[in-house]
Parts: sequence; structure tokens; C-alpha cells
Amino acid sequence: MTPRPTAGLPALVPALLGLLLVACRAPEAPPAGTALADPFPSQYRVAPHPEQLIRGAIVLDGTGRRLEGVDLRLREGRIAAIGENLPVDGAEVVEAAGRWVTPGIIDAHSHLGVYATPEVWANAEGNELTAPVTAEVWAEHGVWPQDPGFQAARENGGVTTLLVLPGSGNLIGGRGVTLKNVAATTYQEMKHPQAPPVLKMACGENPRRVYGEGKKQAPATRMANVAGYRQAFIDAQIWRQKRDDAAGGKEGAKAPDRDLQMETLAGVLDGQILVQNHCYRADEMAVMLDVAREFGFRITAFHHAVEAYKLGPTLAREGVCAAMWADWWGFKMEAFDGIRENIALVHAADPARSCAIVHSDDAYGIQRLNQEAAKAMAAGQRAGLAIAPEVAIQWITRNPARALGIEAHTGTLEVGKAADVVIWDRDPFSVYALPQQVYIDGSRRYDRRQPAAEPESDFLLGLTPAALESAP
Amino acid sequence: MTRPIALVLLLALLAPAPLHAQAQPVTVIRDATVLTLGPAGTLERASVVLRGELIEAVGRELPVPAGATVIDGRGKVLTPGLFDPYTQLGLKEVDGVKESVDHDAATSEIGPALDVLDGFNPRSSLIPVNRIEGITRALVAPTLGKARLPLAGRGAVVDLRGALAPRSRWLTRGKVAMFGVLGEAAAEAAGDSRLTSLARLREALNELRSEPGPAVARDALLSALDREALRPVLAGELPLVLTVHRASDIERALDLADEYGLKLVIHGGAEAHLLAGELARRQIPVILDPSHNLPARFEALEARDRAPLLLHQAGVLIAIAQLDDKGTHNSRNLRFLAGNAVARGLPAPVALAAISRNPAIIYGLDGRLGTVEAGKLADLVLWSGDPLETTTAAEKVFIQGTDIPLVSRQTQLRDRYLRRGEAR
Repeated sequence: MTPRPTAGLPALVPALLGLLLVACRAPEAPPAGTALADPFPSQYRVAPHPEQLIRGAIVLDGTGRRLEGVDLRLREGRIAAIGENLPVDGAEVVEAAGRWVTPGIIDAHSHLGVYATPEVWANAEGNELTAPVTAEVWAEHGVWPQDPGFQAARENGGVTTLLVLPGSGNLIGGRGVTLKNVAATTYQEMKHPQAPPVLKMACGENPRRVYGEGKKQAPATRMANVAGYRQAFIDAQIWRQKRDDAAGGKEGAKAPDRDLQMETLAGVLDGQILVQNHCYRADEMAVMLDVAREFGFRITAFHHAVEAYKLGPTLAREGVCAAMWADWWGFKMEAFDGIRENIALVHAADPARSCAIVHSDDAYGIQRLNQEAAKAMAAGQRAGLAIAPEVAIQWITRNPARALGIEAHTGTLEVGKAADVVIWDRDPFSVYALPQQVYIDGSRRYDRRQPAAEPESDFLLGLTPAALESAP
Repeated sequence: MTRPIALVLLLALLAPAPLHAQAQPVTVIRDATVLTLGPAGTLERASVVLRGELIEAVGRELPVPAGATVIDGRGKVLTPGLFDPYTQLGLKEVDGVKESVDHDAATSEIGPALDVLDGFNPRSSLIPVNRIEGITRALVAPTLGKARLPLAGRGAVVDLRGALAPRSRWLTRGKVAMFGVLGEAAAEAAGDSRLTSLARLREALNELRSEPGPAVARDALLSALDREALRPVLAGELPLVLTVHRASDIERALDLADEYGLKLVIHGGAEAHLLAGELARRQIPVILDPSHNLPARFEALEARDRAPLLLHQAGVLIAIAQLDDKGTHNSRNLRFLAGNAVARGLPAPVALAAISRNPAIIYGLDGRLGTVEAGKLADLVLWSGDPLETTTAAEKVFIQGTDIPLVSRQTQLRDRYLRRGEAR
């Protein structure tokens, strides 16, 4: 973690501070044309919090296990111990007998912050619909941390981590950003320090509608969609070759000019940037797998994937995740074949290797991913697929962590991992379940018994009479 | 509770026995927990007798008529069929395929006279998808497009037997209410502001009130058909269901109701809870979506997930609907919204009534639908457990006495891919 340049200088007058900042930064600035590894580094800090001992809960730990009546110790941001009758050792005790504990819920597909509420033009930041390939844009530069949806997702849905993606109007829509769901003034304070960048790509109807129908330009067809991805990666291959030749000191090689599109696409070819691919139809997913093979990159996850059930074994074999809704269907032609058993079928195609995810793509759905998983689990069970709650919980914890490239840090309750924890008042797969407490890196970020007097979002302050009436 | 003589008398009054009554199939669901939503409340280990299209008897220890089909309801819950108070079922197949969408008043010169029945398709694939999960009736509403007037036309209540019903019998009742919009959407349709949409609405109602007048003026807002359609609204006979959110817009709607004698129903109502007392006093029902707890628009800054509870506590009759555009394809998810309202304190029987009995009351069909009582139409669902719970399924669905096969396009797709190796 990089300390801020201003740290330790609070007493200086602003003008002097400004000069100092310039003075401090100038030597650090890289030569023109040099790309920083991350020019917008995470400023997330683990909030100090007393050690917690959560006692006697029913735990779905995200590794596929269900543990009855065990204790969890949260210390210095991490899971320090899990077991029966752990000693108190000075920790604050949270009695959780009869309560259920899960890893923090992770949404692999959100537009919170980029399509914030209120849903007005001024807040619509998710789709750069000026060209079908906009690999150069980053969703994080559109994230509004005051979106009231963040707090609602944490308090009603137990969401501790979310991937905020650009929309799907473009073939290549830009980079997404993984956020910790904490109240913050800047997105850098929410940015997950360990999460790799991701690239949003989109199949199907949306780019065709926006460009072909809307602007009478390519892509008007799925043919042009595929041509568009291929041309972008052909350009990136050439640019990357020049970059590597120059870096390797090849004779006569000259480093290519900086190019934000090429830097991101080359990052994909390097395996440093994970591809998150909006794709509904099974046949289109198969085409995208071939495109990825042609250029030697991997698709980390297909998103929405309404027809993933038609391709379950292939997805498992290829090691590609499918992030899906429990039951959305029919809102466009490519979503017409949606079925309730989609998620369960993707999982059951190869329980050991498959990577089924329940995602939201929605400011309301993100508040009840647990219920969405429950519906998908129940539909699978009724179709004869044996899926236990301790397995289904992985659809909203471990598997999205895998798709976001942070499985080593979060997504399961294991000693040494981040203490991202939700305590539910009952079985989290019940329609009546609500988070009682939410911890992010061991810090309690929500407690239903002590709700905040004011909304977190600056936007809501003073706008609503009811909020004013309840103010102290 | 079990008053067989009274029941028989009641039946004699309500359903004069057809000559061929003996030929009608009889089904008995036995030993279920029956949530009647009527005066009998909840009956444990009770039976319900269905004869033909009607419920013949409800109670404990009822005799099983000879030749009846018997369904074991032990450990299961029987409720009235669910009634979705606001959908576009039968008016759209795929939102993104405009040829298959018929609910929008769009640029029509005719507004209030539009009638959803002219576009309703009882063979829509959405109908089986939703009825096999317990939706037996739905209100089908037109929506507002770029209309001059903030009135979208007239809705119908349909039964979800759809193509299973004999032709011309799939209709429960047409023209049950007029649908309109106030607030941001109305302003947008009018092309500028709330001022224009309200003024146009008043102008139209004034035109009508000035009848009998000369032949329809060339610049009149209302066509002859529109006038005919609006007359029962102005007479306070046909409910006007207004989609309206901001508290001040609801207040304007109340002013209009006073001025013109309208019978109002509030739909949407994100801020209706701020006026709960007044709405209760005026007996104006509210149809709302408990999941809409974010300030999605400037007219919904006070959206709260406790809104159903606050309205109910004040004495407002509430119904639960889905506000977003996925709500028609997934009308089947209505019960989970009701469950979420229960998680925020709404009593469970009220939440169930909000998706069954109360919509029947709002649309004037509570004499025939909405409760499990002798004499009512046999719309019944037998659930594997708590009907509002995520893991519960509908195991038997009856619509007007028809035993609905639990098959849809989606179950057929599922079964096809379960059979194929690619899915295993």
C-alpha cells in the first residue's frame, strides 16, 4: 500500500502544501510515454476494529462446508481462527447462537456508481456509446461514491465486494473495477487493492442495436460484432509485439506510442486483465471461446449467460465462469430461453470444476443475491439436482471471488483470509433473512441493532422530509 | 367454522345448480393448511371441495363426494390463486421485439378509449410460465407512450388458463379500470412539464363535463370513443388507476378526485406512505413494489422498504406489484416481494392478501375471487410450504376449476437439456 504524499503535513498552509505537492511529485513522475502500473492506486484502508469473537453460529464457509455451532475470531482484518469453543482472549463477543454466518456476499456484475440513483442523465456514466470499441475508458472514472445503492446493498444484501462494470452497448466497453463496499468520498478509497483490472466485452444484440439500429454504422450484425473484436485484438497483437521488441532490446525496435486502448488490450493478451464477457446465447459463447483461442487470451466469465445451461460441460472444461440471474428472461430475443434451472445446471455439469455465479446487474437485485441463489438452488433441487445450501452459497461468495481474481483474499471463511463476514438472523436462503452485522476486513460496517441516524450518501442529506424528521 | 347447513344454503343462493351438475368433475383437497383469507381465517387439516368451476365447500371433516378426485394436502398450504394487480401479460412476448409488444399507447390519437383486450393474446408463452407458479389472475394494463393526454386506456382482468379456456371464456372482465400517469412520466409524455400534463387532463375532463355539447370540436382532446370511455370515470364508477410517486403529485391527484368526483387507485406510490393517513381516510388503495427502496427518481426520494407496513398500519388497502419492466415476464416472483415486505414487518396474512384478495377488491371482483370460500371461483394453489418462501413451490394449481398441467416452454427447455449429455 502506497502512503499518500500528503501524509504528515496537516499543519502547512494550503498554498505551501500545493507547492510541496508539486515539489514532491515532480521527481516521481515517469518520463513521457511511460505507463504506470496503476495510475489510480487504491487508497483503501482497513478500518481499525477491536478483535471479534462470533460465537455459536451455523456457518456456511464458502468452501462447501456447513459447520454447526462454531466460533469465528476476526483479528486485524483477517479470519484468525474457526472452531468450537474458542477462548475469548480479550475479544469482543458477538453471541450468534441460532444465527447463520456466511462470507461477505460478492456481486460479480454491478453498475452501482456508474448507473447511480437517481437514474437521471447526469448519473448515467456506464456506456461510452461513441464508438463500438472503447477499451480506453475505465468504469472507475465514472463511479459516484455517493450512490445510495452501495449502502442498501451492504445493509440488505450483505454485499462486501462488487465488480462495477461499464455497460454492454459496446463490443469492448472498457475496464471494470472491483470495489470494497465501504462508505467513501473517493472511489480510490473503495478500490480493492488486490483485485486485477478487468475488461468488459459484449456479445449480441446490444452493440448491434446501439450502432446498427441507432447510428447506422457497424456493427449492425453479429458478423460485424465478431469482426470488431478480432480487428481490435489484431491491432493489439501488433502493438504488443512492438512493445515487447523494444523492451527486449531487439535491434532497431522502437517502443510504440502510448495508446490507452492498446495498453488495455495488450494487458488482456498478457493475462494481466481479466475478460468479463456479456453474452447470452450458447452459440455466441462458443464463438467467443474461439475468438479468445485465436488471440491467446482467456475469458474469465460469461455474464448474464441466459443459455449457459446448454453449454455447461464446455464451460466447466474450459474453466470459464458463468454469472447469471436466477430467473430474468424474455426482455429481449437473446434472453428468451431463460429457465429457472440455468444456474443449477451449469453447476451440476461438473460440480468439481464448474463456476456458477449468481449476479445482480441491478441496484435492487444486489440487495437480495441470497434470495436469488435460493430460488436457483430450489429449482435445481426440484429438477433432481442435489445442491446443498453450503454449495449454493458459493455462487455468491467463492465463485464470484474467483471470477474477480481475488479468491486468494476473500470469498471463503478460512484462516488467513480477509474477515469479510455476514451474520444473518436466520437461514440466508430464506425470503425473511436479513443481515444483522456486516464485517469488511474485520471492521463492522453495519449493525442492524444500531442503524445510522443519517444516510451515508451526501446526496440524500436534507432532501427528504422523513429523514429530517428523524434527525436528532 | 363448519356449518354445513349454512354452507348448503349459501351455495343454493350463490350458485343455482346447473342441470348437469352431476357431470361436473369434483376434486377434494384434503388435510391441508388452508389460508382462506376470508372470515374463517386459517384452517388446519381442512378440506376444500371443488365442483366444476367453483369452490363448493371449505372446512374440516367434510365428506368426500362419490367419484371425487382426492388430493392429499398433508403438510402443504392451500391459498387462493395469486392475483397480480399490474402486468402487461398477453400484451408482450419479448420486450426487445417490437412486433410482439402491444401495451403502449405511444403516439396514438386515441388515448382513454384504448382497450388492452384488442391486443391480448391468451396463447402467450408468458402465461404458462407464470401460472405454474401460482399466478391465476392478472390485471393487464396499457402503458403511456408519447400521448397528448396522461391517460393510457383501459385495462382488463384475465384468467391465466389462457389457451386452456374455451374461446371467449378466458376473459374475466374487460374495462375494469382506466389507467393514467402523473408526475415525471406524464410530463415527459406531454413534452414539457407537470403543468402541461395536468392542464391537459383538466381540459379533457372539462370537455366531457360540458356534455351534452356540440359535435366533437376539431381541436378537441377527446375523440368520440375517448368520451365514451371516460364517462364512467367521471361518474366515479370506473376506477382511475394513476401511476404516481411524488407526494405532491399524489396530492394533486387527490385534488383532481375531489374536483371531478373520481374514484382513485394509486399505483407506484413511492412516497404514498407520507400521505398514509389521508389515503386511508379517503379509502384509496395503493398498489406498490416493496423492493423499490432507492431514490430511483427525483419523484421517489422517499422510497422506503417499510412503505407497505406504514400504509397498512395507517389503514390503507395495499396490493403488491412489480414496478420494473421484468415484472410481467416474472409475475411469478410477486410472492417473494410479499415475503420481503414481511421481513420488514408486514403481517404475513396481509402480505398474502396484497397479492390475492386485495387486487380482487380493487378491481371489483372480490365477490368471485380472492378468498377460499364456498361459492367463489376455484382459483387455488397448493404449495409445498410457506407460499412466500424462496424454496417453496406450487404443486397444484387450479384456475376456475381447471387443473393446470405444470408445463411451460421453460420446463420443456429444462427437460430437453436435462436429457442431453451436454447438460449433465
